Amino acid sequence: MAMSVSAPRCLQWSDREDYQLEDYEAEVPRWCTGCGDLAILAAVQRLCRDEQLPLEKLVFVSGIGCSSRFPHYMKTYGFHGLHGRALPVAEGIKLKRPDLHVFVNTGDGDCCSIGAAHWLHAIRYNMDMTVLLHDNEIYGLTKKQASPTSPRGLKSNTTPRGTHLEALNPLSTTLGVANVSFVAQAVDWVPTVLYEIISQAFHHKGLSFIRVVQRCPEFLPTHFDPWMHDPDRLLMLTHEDGIQASPELSRTYKQQEVHDPGEMNRAREIASLKDQIPVGILYRNDEAPCYEDVVGSGPPITGPEKIQASVEAELDKFTVWPPSEGREGRG
Amino acid sequence: MKQGGTREAAAGAESAVTLDEHIVEIVSDSGEGAQKCGQSFASIAARMGNGIWTVEIIPAEIQPPARSIEGASGNRIRLGSQAVTNGGDAADLVVVFNEHVLLGRLRDGELKPGCIILLESKWRTDRDPEVSGLYATIYNELIAGGYRVYEIPMETECLRHVADARRGKNMFVLGLLCRTYSLDRELALEQVATTFAKKGESVIAPNQRLLEAGWEWAEENLDIRFKVPAEPAEEPRLVVNGNTALGLGVMASGMEVCAMYPIPPATSASHFLSEVFGSVGGVVHQAEDEIAACAFAIGASYAGKCAVTITSGPGYSLKQEGIGLAVMAEIPLVVVNVQRGGPATGQPTKAEQGDLLSACFGSHGDAPKVVMAATDIEDCFYSVITARKIAEAFNTVVVLLSDASLGTAQQPFPRPRFQEEWLAPPVDQSPIPKGVTPYDWDPDTGLARRFIPGQPNGMHTLTGLAHDRKSHIAYDPEINEEGIRRRSLKLAALQKTLKTPSVFGDEKGEILVVGWGSTKGAIEEAVQRVRADGHSVSSLHLRFLQPMASGIKEVMQNFDHVMTVENNWCDDLEDQLIDEENRRYSSLAWMLRARCLVDIDCWGEARGRPIKPGCIEEVIRQRLH
Ligand SMILES: Cc1ncc(C[n+]2csc(CCOP(=O)(O)OP(=O)(O)O)c2C)c(N)n1
Ligand code: SF4
Ligand SMILES: [Mg+2]
Repeated sequence: MAMSVSAPRCLQWSDREDYQLEDYEAEVPRWCTGCGDLAILAAVQRLCRDEQLPLEKLVFVSGIGCSSRFPHYMKTYGFHGLHGRALPVAEGIKLKRPDLHVFVNTGDGDCCSIGAAHWLHAIRYNMDMTVLLHDNEIYGLTKKQASPTSPRGLKSNTTPRGTHLEALNPLSTTLGVANVSFVAQAVDWVPTVLYEIISQAFHHKGLSFIRVVQRCPEFLPTHFDPWMHDPDRLLMLTHEDGIQASPELSRTYKQQEVHDPGEMNRAREIASLKDQIPVGILYRNDEAPCYEDVVGSGPPITGPEKIQASVEAELDKFTVWPPSEGREGRG
Repeated sequence: MKQGGTREAAAGAESAVTLDEHIVEIVSDSGEGAQKCGQSFASIAARMGNGIWTVEIIPAEIQPPARSIEGASGNRIRLGSQAVTNGGDAADLVVVFNEHVLLGRLRDGELKPGCIILLESKWRTDRDPEVSGLYATIYNELIAGGYRVYEIPMETECLRHVADARRGKNMFVLGLLCRTYSLDRELALEQVATTFAKKGESVIAPNQRLLEAGWEWAEENLDIRFKVPAEPAEEPRLVVNGNTALGLGVMASGMEVCAMYPIPPATSASHFLSEVFGSVGGVVHQAEDEIAACAFAIGASYAGKCAVTITSGPGYSLKQEGIGLAVMAEIPLVVVNVQRGGPATGQPTKAEQGDLLSACFGSHGDAPKVVMAATDIEDCFYSVITARKIAEAFNTVVVLLSDASLGTAQQPFPRPRFQEEWLAPPVDQSPIPKGVTPYDWDPDTGLARRFIPGQPNGMHTLTGLAHDRKSHIAYDPEINEEGIRRRSLKLAALQKTLKTPSVFGDEKGEILVVGWGSTKGAIEEAVQRVRADGHSVSSLHLRFLQPMASGIKEVMQNFDHVMTVENNWCDDLEDQLIDEENRRYSSLAWMLRARCLVDIDCWGEARGRPIKPGCIEEVIRQRLH
């Protein structure tokens, strides 16, 4: 929005179509310098601007964690709730508000540990929202504890001699859930692809799940260096139904695979690659039903008269009438 | 109505013994239809104007073995000339389909010594000598114990009319009971037609035949006949249990979302809602767990759709963090807790009032919320409507407590007529004026306008962290205290609107019994009984537990001795280790002692069943001088 426009802001909301990036920017983010969350924020703000999304129609829902501060940095509606519970809150919001664009920002602890049950079920409900998993493979806010996605052997404050178990793979897990409809992966250090994936996720009807490999320079400063410094360890997934790598991008990222997002089996194989980080859209199914459409089907019933008629009909079913009264109304 | 039917009933009634009330039980193995028989019997009596309270007799297991003590399943119906407010003490008459389920009722002390027992006699001639032998032994013991046992060839009689007697027995018994209690035969036939209306004439007709067979068998063979006279009902009345009443209340309040996870004894409210909620545009969301159910309801409410989450004990514990968030962020939310026996898994289907303190103080930190308790079945309906109103007027959480004894009990009450004012006015969605912030707390009441996503100029990020008026995270000591003060003030603002509950009995006297929730009927009946003997005992019943109406301390000061009676645990001063300093009081007693600085005694039991008026009466008498 051109800030020079002098009409009061409250009169401008209705049909303006000139949102600028600043319109989406709230306070200055308090993330550490170099934090991957900054790149995610920038990509999302760009998307909102490019799509000209009205501020009041956007809701960013998060849990608790560094990444869950995200909504505070958007000048939209936001819900910064409880650790692990962003998804069910977002579902409740979306159920009867198809007009709202719902985004979820959740950390790897938030989503894959304390909120794991909600994560699986959210995938299955497939409600129309965009879920960004900010996966830094560590607990940031609480200062460096192991997360379920921390690779085996990672030293942290709760695992000083290294974690004991294999990491949970968020992509494979998501791809294993019934009714999954959109799974993608991005890395914070390739912003153009990050943007492109978020944009495709936004346009997908259903729950789109994006795992963003996110750097935490504060607690794991060199953790992703092997991948950052060796572009060949990123596998670009390209397809006409997915991401198309630009010539510039292809110059850097030579490892590419044409992957049809309709191919679940290959998607699962790609998800479990060990040495390479796949980037792109692993899976997409536009036919998967959305919970809100299935349970809320039929026109919404509003207005006191309609409610009255239904309530009276139900009351009738349990009414005992005095013997003097006729049978009508009984049933 | 056929004239003949009425004349016949009237003629028969002349020889009937007139009673003020009677407690009848119908008990069978599960699946033999005793529940349906009991409910139909109650509905017929309700139509005739009788006061009714029914209690479900529920086996502890899903598939208890046949002919077992644990398997007792059925219904208790307390039938009165006047309104009946609770399930009463011991039964006067019991119909049993086998002698084992009877033993269960005897063991639990649910039958009056020497009561009338109508016993299915087919076991006497069972081919298995063990079965017939046991039957004979128990029969003889009952006779020796002074019970009035009538052996009834239920199955044999039914087989004369239908092929499968196991399924028809309950209607035969219904006929037998209707005749025994001088109910109207035509009304009984109509009731059968209503009960089976969905199944059609081919099912109605044989069941009506069985009803008539039972009636006629009683006429020819039974020398007992009672009449519990009542003023004929003039108003239509609703006969539902507390959980259905809750569900109807949710519908009638205009709420749009019910998020839940199955847990007894609350589940049946959601079963009912799942059937009907769609007709008012509502959705029942069965979430993956109670944490999610609570968060889902919070999300829906935040988005402007008032939501309820319904649960019981363990589920309530899981919701506590979410409840705290709704309090902190000032999101309207109705939480219904149909209490059961606790802690842990406790007694899933049994009654207890164990969750008052966790409802009032459960979430961590200072999380002031409204807590109400339904006092009877009718109140289950209206309380939900009130709860929604308060939640939205004060942007806070309202916890509505019911319990297993209300959830499954039925009591007729005047049929509500829909009032438009039950619905909350539509949420103001107009653009937020400049300068108005999401927590523009009124300095006196703590109230602020609710912002809904989609509302222009209202953009802000709601947070469960300490926040200022703009909803910005703030750890500043002043701001933190301001938020706490405003949220606390809302309870005071609500409290100013509450009326002092009225005293049952005289305003002054020796003993005041204070109760809350489902015990109202039993307490008042007990008080009535001792008052009838000239004792100056009164009672006070609380519906709002947090905040509590003003004037309660003044009421208590007019009595020599104040005690609570609650269906929960309190230590007994008679126990060797227990003294004034370490005694754990019943929940309400704790709260009243703290609030009123009055030395309040308590009595409670946690036996997994509604407290009987007779128990309360005894407790009161022990404390009389
Ligand atoms: C119920 C509960 N348990 C624990 C916490 C403490 N806590 C806050 S954030 C967090 C983990 C954050 O890690 P992650 O989700 O990966 O987010 P990040 O900070 O890395 O972005 C924990 C354990 C909490 N707020 N609530
Ligand atoms: S601690 Fe890590 S995740 Fe948190 S803001 Fe800093 S860099 Fe980002
Ligand atoms: Mg993390």
